[in-house]
Parts: sequence; structure tokens; C-alpha cells
Amino acid sequence: MSSSERTDVLVVGSGFGGAIAAYHLAAGGAKVVVLERGPWLKADEFEHDFLLGSSYTRIFDFVVGDGMSLLGGNCVGGGSVVYFAAMPRAPRFVFERRGSIGRRMWPAAISRDTLDPWYDLVTDALPITKQDWKDVSFAGGLFAAACDHAGRTANPVPVAVDNTRCTNCNWMMAGCRFDAKRSLLLNYLPGALAHGAEIRPLHEVQRLERTDDGGYRVHYNVVHDVDYREQVGNGVIEAEVVVLAAGAGATPVILKRSEADLGPMPYAVGRYFSGNGERLNTAVINEEKAAELLGLDRGDGRAYAANQIGKGPVVASWDNLDGDLPEYHRYSLEQLYFPPGFGTILAQVPDAAGPSWFGVEKKDLVRQWQSWLTVFTMIEDDNEGVFGPPPPTGNATRISQQMLGHGPLSYHPTPNTLRAWDETDAAVKSILERDGLARVTPWTNDLVGAYTVHPLASCRIGDDPATSALDDRHELRGHPGIFVTDGSAVPGALTVNPALTISALAERAIPGIVRAAQQRGVKVSYGAPGPGGDTGARRTVLPLAAKQLRG
Amino acid sequence: MSSGTSEEEQARTITLEAFADTIVPGEKRSPTDRAVAGAAEGGGAVAAGAIELLELPGTGLAPDLPNFATALNAHAETYAAEQDLALDGSVPPFVSLSFAHRTELVRRLTAIAHPERPLWVLLALFCNMAYDTGAHRHTAEAMADGHPGLTAMGFGKPDTDGLWRFSDFTYGRRLANSHPHTTASGSPA
Repeated sequence: MSSSERTDVLVVGSGFGGAIAAYHLAAGGAKVVVLERGPWLKADEFEHDFLLGSSYTRIFDFVVGDGMSLLGGNCVGGGSVVYFAAMPRAPRFVFERRGSIGRRMWPAAISRDTLDPWYDLVTDALPITKQDWKDVSFAGGLFAAACDHAGRTANPVPVAVDNTRCTNCNWMMAGCRFDAKRSLLLNYLPGALAHGAEIRPLHEVQRLERTDDGGYRVHYNVVHDVDYREQVGNGVIEAEVVVLAAGAGATPVILKRSEADLGPMPYAVGRYFSGNGERLNTAVINEEKAAELLGLDRGDGRAYAANQIGKGPVVASWDNLDGDLPEYHRYSLEQLYFPPGFGTILAQVPDAAGPSWFGVEKKDLVRQWQSWLTVFTMIEDDNEGVFGPPPPTGNATRISQQMLGHGPLSYHPTPNTLRAWDETDAAVKSILERDGLARVTPWTNDLVGAYTVHPLASCRIGDDPATSALDDRHELRGHPGIFVTDGSAVPGALTVNPALTISALAERAIPGIVRAAQQRGVKVSYGAPGPGGDTGARRTVLPLAAKQLRG
Repeated sequence: MSSGTSEEEQARTITLEAFADTIVPGEKRSPTDRAVAGAAEGGGAVAAGAIELLELPGTGLAPDLPNFATALNAHAETYAAEQDLALDGSVPPFVSLSFAHRTELVRRLTAIAHPERPLWVLLALFCNMAYDTGAHRHTAEAMADGHPGLTAMGFGKPDTDGLWRFSDFTYGRRLANSHPHTTASGSPA
């Protein structure tokens, strides 16, 4: 450990926002160090095992807040290692959203049209592929058939999964053992390493301070590799430019903890948090009805009974993604898988006579687990989350050695959010309870509050300094040289899975970060091909990037 | 209840067992079993290994388990007094409650307005995980040994290398029409 260690660019976090920045800046010639709070696992270390201490708990984090719990990655590769790899683009109307502030939330410079070339880049790099019906799991097929029966459409969702390698094991949240999921461990991160970037796992950034020459000094703790509650070291690194991509549950915490040294933060740091409007419903399918009403047959006499089989969400219903509908009435419904444990405790017994989430009736519900169908809904919420004072270290006070902690976020849903959730609950019921196909109940919000696997907007881009922490180039207002490229930069709920939008925004931010580094004397250029050497989509963005590079 | 432990430890264990049994009820292990109420057929959270899981260092709860048991019994005494229930002094107060009263007390402790709700939800979470995931054991081994929760759920078996693969996973045919405004890349317009 040395207080004089220096790098050109320090990247905090190695998920989509961090990996994309690390790749391009390293490929452009900058010295790049990535600090990642979680461990670094490779494919053969991803275990099919619920045992505490296996990859399932090492790389995944569950942070309970006041009214909202966050689920996310905690490893090199971040969310890309634990997510389900559903990669739709956000619908056009999302970029025109006004939300709770009564005027356009997104910067004027960003629309679906202007973001599409950056979406294309990520689509090539991971890559993301369209799915065919033969790729769709039983659960996805059942949901599609139920949608069709209810007069709705349903689409196979584009995914970052190599279906030729996928075994449909549904252990995606423990990391992909078969390298079928196209996580960042297979593209941007090896690309960054090949260009000389350094990735340091179990390094948790605590705070930033400014150096005399206008750069930044980044303070970190080294975390114990089994008991994440323990710190086994600490250190500092100085950098000309800092890219914060610790995730929407951590980036604002680091900035708020840095306020004493850096000076006041923009008002929107740690405010306007969105849970992407997420909510889950569990349906218990009547197997006979699935055969009779939907004509489903697995070929062995069973109609469904396949909750365990698949690769997360593969089918979504987008009938309510209609820009002509008023805000808070637009949403998507997506078939999903959630593993047991967290995926079962919040499920409720339909019309329970006793307790809905524990006890005799709940045990009977769990007995029918293979006939469960989980439906994920994504509405437009009201950005009502606010972060309180930071915990002593990290972004949570850890309870267990791994995975479980208590964080400073509070989220009290507004009437807009509650009404939108009611509307989606009713929609799911109308699809799946039609003609007795299933019994459906939403997960309870009474135990750990609402929950999200896609935290967003806690340090967001925008044109209005009063309601956005970052300008439209992702630079932190009032703190030049600090950029934020993770989900916290996304202005609000997207009504679809956000990973591709987070990634496209990160790609779009890179030329501006390169320019800032150049202005600070770093020898770096922009224009590397994709991490796999692909140049097709790159040609379209180079003229766009040239504008940003000129400022 | 293991033999050779102090009375205090036994009292702690059967109190936590009674709590776990309230979350995922099971059948009595013997006719004299007091902790498990026998409210449901088959093994519940206790048979699934709730106490073993709670005692693992990984949960972070192990040092506080005596406090959980003490607090639960104090709540049970208050509850019994309020309900005018006679407690059997031969077992801890929570164990002395009937299954219906245990259930009602746990419902109150985990209700949204209860100041200790996060603690009792946390304890319930791990009891639930013992049954649904057997998180104190390697899953493939737990499956091979007939873990009551995973077995009752019909959790599919792994291949011989301990990894799960499902070669039969799809109906293989179109089951709905796609949205008319889907783009060439498969996204919403």
C-alpha cells in the first residue's frame, strides 16, 4: 500500500458501467485501475449450490432498506454475472417521460433515435441475440400461451445468452458455469485486461477527495474474502479522472461520504432513486387447465410443472408499452424465474385463511413449487427513493458474512406507483386466472418492503441542475473529472429490463470521458473496435463521438 | 434437541425450533416432541435443518441466538398473560403455546408496525431458507439425502457431476403472436 500510487483513470466497480469505461480507456492508451468490492470468480467457480459461502452468496448482494430492498451483483463483472441477461431496448416514450418533476426527465440530447447507435454497439459486443420460440423455456411458453389465450401478444425477449451452450439450469444468479451467459467476463473485461487495465477484487471504495492538482484521491478498504464484514487493509490511489460505477445502491453513498472533503454534492445525489417500478406475482398453475385451455404438453403427459427449468425471463408481453397511454399506465409483463429462498418467502397464499407468507397453508403452496409461474412487472414509478446518511463502510451495514445487509435507502411509494402496481397486478390476474388457469398473488411488500433487481436513478443525468446530479455527458455537476456511468445515471424507470440501456449510456459517455482525460494531460484516444474486434456498429458512432470529443 | 447440552442451551434450541416450526410446520419427530407442534405432514423447517443453518457463522446470527430465544419467550409470556393462557412451566414459554397461538404471536412480531419486525423477519428468512434451499448443506448432497423441503418441492435432481442440466426445456413452437411494433432486433419500438 502506497499513498503515492497514481493512475490516469480510476474506475469504481466492474459491472456494465465500469467494464465499458475500463475497456475503452485502456484500449485508448490510458493507465486504468478498476476497484471492485466483490470477489473475482471464473466459470468453474460458479457453483450449483445453495450452501452459504458458495458462489450464490459470494457474488450476490441483498440490501434491505426502509421500504425497498436492493438485489445486485457483488463481484468482478457486477450485475452481468448474476443477472438474467434479458436485453430489450427501452421503448421510445420512456425518453419523453416527465415523472414527478413535471418536465422532461431525460437530457434533450437523448432519445431512442440518438441512443440506438450506442445500443447497436453493445448488441455487437456482448453479443445480444433475438430468440426463437425453440429457445423459449416451458415457463416462457406457458406465459406466452396464457397471454394469447387472454387476447394479448407476447414476445421472446432478446438476450445475451449463447443458446448453444445453455443447459437451461436456471442457476444464473450463482454465475454461469457454462459460459453461456455473455457476462462482462467474456468481452469488455478481458478486452480491458488485454490493453493493460488492472482489476483489483475485494477493494471497496469508501470516499474521494480532491488533490492539489485537480485530480482525485480515492480511499478504499480491502475486504476479507469470506467475511465481507471485515476489512483486512486499506489504501489510496490518485487519479486524473474517476469513473464511478458502483451501482445505483452504492455510487450515491460513496459521493455522500465524500462530501466533507469534496464539498457539497448536487441535490440529486442520493435522491430520485427508482426501483424500475418492479414487482412480482406468483401464479400457481392448474396443470389440467394448462393442458385443456392452452393445449400444452411436454411430451410426457405433463402440461407444465417446469418452474425450475430455463434461463430466467424469455418471454414478455408489451401490449401496454404504448406511448399514447398516460404516464404511470405503461408497463411490461415478463415471465421470470426466481430461485428458492428469496424467491419463495415473499410469495403469498391466495385467499389465505391464516398468515399468507408462513405456516401450514404456505407450506402447501411451496409443495406446488414446480407449478409456479413468476411474473415480473415493470411500471413507471415516481423516483421516490432517498438515501440517508452513509453507513460506516460500504453501502450497507452487513448482517451476514456475505449477501445480506441493511442499507440507507428509504422508499415510500407514491399513489402513482401504488396505483400502477395495482393495475399490473390486475393485468396479471386477468391473464392467468382466466378460465381457472391459475391462482395469482403478488409478493408481499410487508416483510422487506418493495424490492428491485434493477436499482436506478440515484445520481442521474439531466438538463436541470435542480433535479439531476450529472450533466448529459455524465460528469458530476460541480466536480469536474468525476463521471458516473452505472444504473444510477439512468433518469428513471424504463418499463423494461435496464441493462442494455445502462450499457448504451455508458458507451455514449465514453468520448466525453476521453476528452476530459485528454484535457488533464492523459494520453488517450477514442475509437477502439468492440472488445471482440467488431467494427460494424463502431463506424456509425464515430461521427457522433467526434462531436463529443470536440466538446 | 441434542443430548449433552446444558439446560439453558436446550431451552434456547427448543424455543428456536418452535419458531422455525411455526414458519414451516412439520410432523413431530417423536410422540414427546414439544418444539415441533405436528401441524403439518412431512418434515418442516426443523427437520430441514433450521437450527444447523442458524448456527452457521455465515448467517451472522449465531452469537445472537440466545438473545432471540430470550426475547421470544418474553413476548410469549406477555402474550400468554394478555390472552389469559396458562403456561406449562416444564418448557420455555413460547414452546408452551399451542401452534395457533405461536402463529398469532409470530404474526404480530412480523407485522409492519412492530418495532422488532426486521429481527423476526430475519430469523424467519433463515428458517424458510433451511426448508426451501437447505442452505447449510451442499445442495446435491442434501438432495441425495432426501432433504424434506427440496424433496417436497419436487426440485429436480442434478447430473452425476452435481450440475443441473435440462435438455428437455421447450414446447418448441410459437405460442403467441409477437407485438406488431417489435423492431428487427427484437425490442419494443
